[in-house]
Amino acid sequence: MSFEHINFPVFGQVDYFGKQSQQQLQPQQQYTPSHGGKKNTLDPIVTGTSIIAIKYDKGVVMGSDMLLSYGSLARFNSIQRMTKFGGNTIIGASGEYSDFQSITTTLNELVTDDHCMDDGSRLSPEEIWNYLARILYNQRNKGNPLWNTCVVIGYQGGKSFLGKVDLVGTCFKEDIVTCGYGSHIALPLLRKARDDNPNMNLEQAKKLIEDCLRVLFYRDARSSKKIQIAVAGEQGIDISGPIELETYNWNSGEAAVKNFSQV
Amino acid sequence: MSSVGSGYDLYVSTYSPDGKLFQVEYANKAVENSGTLVAIKTKDGVVIGIEKLVPSKMLCHGSNRRIHHIDTHIGVGVSGFLADARQLITRARSEAKQYRQVYGQPIPIKVLSQRIASYNHVHTLYGSVRPFGCSIAISGIDQYGPQLYMIEPSGSCIGYFGSSLGKGKQAAKNELEKVKFSEITTREAIKEVARIIYSVHDEVKDKDFELELGWISNETNGVHQLVPKDIFDEAEAYAKQALEEANM
Amino acid sequence: METPEWLDNAVNLGFDGGVVMGADSRTTTGAYIANRVTNKITPIHEKIYCCRSGSAADTQAISDYVRYYLEMHTSELCDDPDVKTAASLFQLLCYSNKNNLMAGIIVAGWDKHQGGSVYNISLGGSMVKQPFAIGGSGSTYIYGYCDSKFKPGMTKEECVEFVKNSLALAMFRDGSSGGVIRLCIIDKNGPERRMIPATELPRFWEG
Repeated sequence: MSFEHINFPVFGQVDYFGKQSQQQLQPQQQYTPSHGGKKNTLDPIVTGTSIIAIKYDKGVVMGSDMLLSYGSLARFNSIQRMTKFGGNTIIGASGEYSDFQSITTTLNELVTDDHCMDDGSRLSPEEIWNYLARILYNQRNKGNPLWNTCVVIGYQGGKSFLGKVDLVGTCFKEDIVTCGYGSHIALPLLRKARDDNPNMNLEQAKKLIEDCLRVLFYRDARSSKKIQIAVAGEQGIDISGPIELETYNWNSGEAAVKNFSQV
Repeated sequence: MSSVGSGYDLYVSTYSPDGKLFQVEYANKAVENSGTLVAIKTKDGVVIGIEKLVPSKMLCHGSNRRIHHIDTHIGVGVSGFLADARQLITRARSEAKQYRQVYGQPIPIKVLSQRIASYNHVHTLYGSVRPFGCSIAISGIDQYGPQLYMIEPSGSCIGYFGSSLGKGKQAAKNELEKVKFSEITTREAIKEVARIIYSVHDEVKDKDFELELGWISNETNGVHQLVPKDIFDEAEAYAKQALEEANM
Repeated sequence: METPEWLDNAVNLGFDGGVVMGADSRTTTGAYIANRVTNKITPIHEKIYCCRSGSAADTQAISDYVRYYLEMHTSELCDDPDVKTAASLFQLLCYSNKNNLMAGIIVAGWDKHQGGSVYNISLGGSMVKQPFAIGGSGSTYIYGYCDSKFKPGMTKEECVEFVKNSLALAMFRDGSSGGVIRLCIIDKNGPERRMIPATELPRFWEG
């Protein structure tokens, strides 16, 4: 009597040995370890949005909001995303905040080493920017990038500095630097303003940055209106306290306030 | 030192019958041959001063430094062999850096001092190494306020209000005992340190010396640095004047 | 794949001179409640505790490590450790193993330098000091409530009320949260632990 039509085990009627030899012919199920090999490409989790910066006649101004997002959740609302390094440099970062904290630690070690050297020369903003570019480029070569775009500003020996480094290590110096949404929205505005007024002063530059951050607040869903403005100029480097942006351009909304009969 | 040598000083790992480690004591001799170091801890800061003996007129001013920075909030003064001290300084810097990486905070002065003392101590345990021929004064400000520690070749680590090392150690200690540590300001302490170093300097045996001053206080925002030129000049002038008055 | 056990929902709040920590008591494996009386407020040191959310296994392992490291550190320091030190250790572990961990941890406690303080270590391993912190899946339901009710400088009892109400609201709306409320109040005199049974939770509109 054959039981081959039975595809489930029936007590006393199963040919265990026959089945077993058959089973061995079946390919073994592949073992997939849940925590196997290191995953390299990461998603940023706690993130900051745009940083924008522009040179003025005697220095550089940088602006950013103070929001850290968690997906679309506005998770932390008053976090400084710009940090001073030594006495001449400020770095602002968009992207993964934990990676920026790690970069901060690394660069502070560099600054401390420089202090210990005490040889009368201080790290210039450009040196810090170069070092930062090496850190980011090196990490991406390991296939494990630090998920940030960093904007470096500084002022030393009568010269202002403005540069940018991104998560793959691309780095350049420019008179206007933006990242994230800022590159889509703020960059054209900054370029136009600079073309119209090539020798803008500090106040004009600050106003310009503030205006751009305002536009970003209108159009970037991951931005906030709590901002900070950093300056590197003749008076040294400074990061302002939190500034609440005035948002007044809501008149266009009035157009839709109509009754059914008015449409 | 009774029974110098007699076979018990060939290894640092050998005790003499009267319980001494001759190699360690010889290391202390190296320190005692060095220029005087004076340190004072005040309410809000620490000052270290060093009589840096200048062996040759051709040396650049400011070379062979004996005051070094370990971290932003910590500095050390060195008495004894500079080359040996450099080893300790390098070690101290990496300890300070590592502590920051792990605990996210500046290393407390006491912790650093004890770690460096342990490093000194392991060099008194094995026949294959010799003790460091230097003592260092570690100064700094941390959460617990200003701190001053002295570390010796034996691996001892002791906190002080004021202390001295090197040639003029004893004379300097006599002077230091007169200082009112709970009242003196850091700026006054700079002058006092300069004065003591000038007063213990032996004009006959060591002709030239260079004064080196390091300080950390609330005035320096908790950052260790060499004393800036204006304050330095003032202190040195004060010290020279005090010396002249004493000689008259 | 074995489903990890999940911990959810924690509220931590600093008051003048101390902190109040609170958490629900639910641990789930999928939809099954693996433990209905979990203790998610875990001691790290005498006056430093942490609220764990995410994978139970991961967060337990991390806090075990931090407890051990902090004990070593304490004996070197000859003093009680700072909350920031504990938080930094959490960050170090969470950041350097971010690929393999599912851990959202809130570290809070009292130390003599800073008084009461609260640190949030979120998924990627970023460390943020906050006046109050909420975490876990239930927290998303109570951001609005917490933002509207929080004010700086609350007294200890005001803080306890705030934490209790926030937790009760989150536990009601979040399926992964529930059970009892556990509280831990830490000030310079050390911790005080409380438990509020499910029958005595604050109740609000339940439509």
